Amino acid sequence: MKLTYTVEEQGFRLQVRQWLVDNPPKQPLNSFDTQKGFEQHRQWEKTLASGNWGMVTWPKEYGGRGCNLIEWLIFEEEYYRAGAPLRVNQNGIFLLGPTLMEYGTDEQKERFISAMASGDEIWAQGWSEPGAGSDMAAIRSKATRDGDEYVINGQKIWSSRAVFADWVFCIFRTDPDSSRHHGLSFMLVPLDAEGVTVRPIEQLNGLPGFAEIFFDNVRIPVFNRLGEEGEGWSIAMSTAGFERGLMLRSPARFQQAAKNLMELYRAKRNDILDLSIEDAVVRCYMDAEAYALSTYQTASRLMNGGQIGAESSCNKIFWSELDLKIHDAAMRLLGARGELEADSEDASAELGGWLDGFLFAQSGPIYAGTNEVQRNIIAERMLGMPRK
Amino acid sequence: MNFTYSEDQLTYRDTVAALLSCEVTADSIRARWTSAQGIDANLTQQLADMGLNALLVPESCGGLGLSELDFILLAQECGRVALPEPLVENAMAATAMLSEVASSDLAAANQCQDTLKQIATGNASVACGHWINPYVNMADTSHWLLLPHGDEVHLVSTQTVDLIAQRSSDPSRRISKVNWQPSRGTKIAGGQQGAELWRSALNRGALGVAAQLIGLAESILRRAVVFTTDREQFGRPVGANQAVKHLLADCAVSLEFAKPVIARAAYAVANSPTRADWAVSHAKVAASYAALLTVRHGMQVHGAMGYTWECDLQIWMKRCWAIDKTWGDVGFHKNRIHEWLLNPNALMGAEHTFDKSGSPSDESNSQQGAG
Ligand SMILES: Cc1cc2nc3c(=O)[nH]c(=O)nc-3n(C[C@H](O)[C@H](O)[C@H](O)COP(=O)(O)OP(=O)(O)OC[C@H]3O[C@@H](n4cnc5c(N)ncnc54)[C@H](O)[C@@H]3O)c2cc1C
Repeated sequence: MKLTYTVEEQGFRLQVRQWLVDNPPKQPLNSFDTQKGFEQHRQWEKTLASGNWGMVTWPKEYGGRGCNLIEWLIFEEEYYRAGAPLRVNQNGIFLLGPTLMEYGTDEQKERFISAMASGDEIWAQGWSEPGAGSDMAAIRSKATRDGDEYVINGQKIWSSRAVFADWVFCIFRTDPDSSRHHGLSFMLVPLDAEGVTVRPIEQLNGLPGFAEIFFDNVRIPVFNRLGEEGEGWSIAMSTAGFERGLMLRSPARFQQAAKNLMELYRAKRNDILDLSIEDAVVRCYMDAEAYALSTYQTASRLMNGGQIGAESSCNKIFWSELDLKIHDAAMRLLGARGELEADSEDASAELGGWLDGFLFAQSGPIYAGTNEVQRNIIAERMLGMPRK
Repeated sequence: MNFTYSEDQLTYRDTVAALLSCEVTADSIRARWTSAQGIDANLTQQLADMGLNALLVPESCGGLGLSELDFILLAQECGRVALPEPLVENAMAATAMLSEVASSDLAAANQCQDTLKQIATGNASVACGHWINPYVNMADTSHWLLLPHGDEVHLVSTQTVDLIAQRSSDPSRRISKVNWQPSRGTKIAGGQQGAELWRSALNRGALGVAAQLIGLAESILRRAVVFTTDREQFGRPVGANQAVKHLLADCAVSLEFAKPVIARAAYAVANSPTRADWAVSHAKVAASYAALLTVRHGMQVHGAMGYTWECDLQIWMKRCWAIDKTWGDVGFHKNRIHEWLLNPNALMGAEHTFDKSGSPSDESNSQQGAG
């Protein structure tokens, strides 16, 4: 064990920091759940790509820098430190990207990865269906082989950012006689294909942050299938491992939020009477650090040939509950002014978007697999408790 | 000792509950969100006709002369339907404050009696801009505002103030900041009397919020039970999973242990208002914890559906989040309890659970200065 950054890693940090100083994000962008904000965020992705910062872990030929996971964490730390925008293409770069690297053919990588890195193609994730939420193996939407094409029929739901996105990666049933996690395949579908209808769904904040997607005889080339027919489930599970386990929510995001919470606490602590607020903010800070430490440890283990297993479920629970705690503490510090929407006359910088974050934090224990399901996985697969 | 509500109290509650459940639906609430004033004028009149605005107003001023103990049952029902109209705040805090002045020896007593008579007939309404709250809900639909200037209490016509509208995260709330100038003509109380009026208004306001939070939370819990019974995953209702059952059972436990606390607080406010601070603070804190837990778990068991604008759950959730912080947040109220417990004369122990009103030894239990 050696818990210090190497000279190269420190140099890398300075390089990231300098680039973010030279190319400051044009803040504040509108929410990426609006048409305007989405395009602003796409523009920012292009700016990142212009410096090859779109996804640092990717090989250079795909617009990356061939960084290892520790460097990726450093990049993320600097990114959040600079207050840079949320990644509109997070489903692409953090989830589909790593999956493509592992399961894609060279042609598929060639076709999809650079366009993803450049922000030209923004991705949505289309797994859930009305009847297949926690029970994802209940997927019914079908892709039927027809020569060099698949014909898709069915419906997906809760697809984040699909309202404005360009592509969606989905799991469809390719074997009509199959059930549960057999006979599923992983497909890449352009959202402007004929027969695709996207119906926006408004979230708690009133913005259409996710969508229902209807497929009516949509034709895609066989080329758009990732991995073999019937391998969809196992590929999806590796994506889910990344989603829960490592990439989707890097620790820097929460460390920055915990730091912002401390700022708010410093400003407010003398005005508010709350016997347990000290405890709450200190715990948030400690938990954000613990999450970072755990992630560094996982990253090191993966770099030494390890795998992500059931502990990705631990991560999912930890970060989502931490996010709730951070925002709950912030709302307590803001007190009766916390209900103000940002466009209120009386809203001030101090409110700092905590309300938005508070609402979004409520969804953390639900998306990427609910925390109840994660607890089942931990109990059964990590602890070996009986299933029945 | 008898810790039950009377038949009359329960019957009146059921009558009000029946009206509210017919008239206040999720659709009608959503319709208010896009209307100019955010209230249903017909319903407002109906509630006034039933005497609800003037429930705490003495009979001599045309009111029903009932007590806070009668009112919390109704407040709970208002919460249950997520009533957007500020009935509870106005009746519990503002109107009751006027009643206190009306029955005092203050010079403004006559003026307040007249105003109360108008309120009793539904021809006027009054809202309270208490110093504990930065904003007043639906001030623009009230004719009068009670506003603080130091300890002074001013009764001000809404037409003479500037209301700076703010946007609340709860679309049912129409909150505004009040800009105004105190004048001699608007002052109805001051000094120690003013301070006392603000203090008892705070207690009644907090009690009203606590009762509403219980109703709101019970509604969320009921919706969560229905949803998890209907929604199937893995070939069975999601509510069949122990993990889901336990989330909701925890809500039920915290609600059960908040309700009697609220009843005791209402009793204290009604019977020994100068010694009610501690009981009210306990009620507000218990209701907050129970309601916020129920919001969290209630949403959790809805899965993604609970995170949508379309799902009516948001009406109840957002109300809980917003009003939880009004009339003193949990920090404020826990602190009041803490201060009181540290008082060397604090009457602690089983024999002091209930107030022995009138017994001289209880004077040391006075809440003076505990805020
Ligand atoms: C903000 C947000 C963004 C999302 N983005 C996407 C996206 O981009 N793409 C996508 O495909 N999906 C997305 N989802 C959907 C998400 O993956 C599902 O919401 C999640 O899998 C749960 O499914 P469900 O909503 O149908 O809830 P249900 O499965 O119906 O669950 C309801 C409740 O029952 C519990 N439950 C269910 N089964 C069990 C069990 N066996 N044991 C214990 N408890 C159980 C759940 O924990 C939950 O509390 C998103 C969701 C949200 C909230």
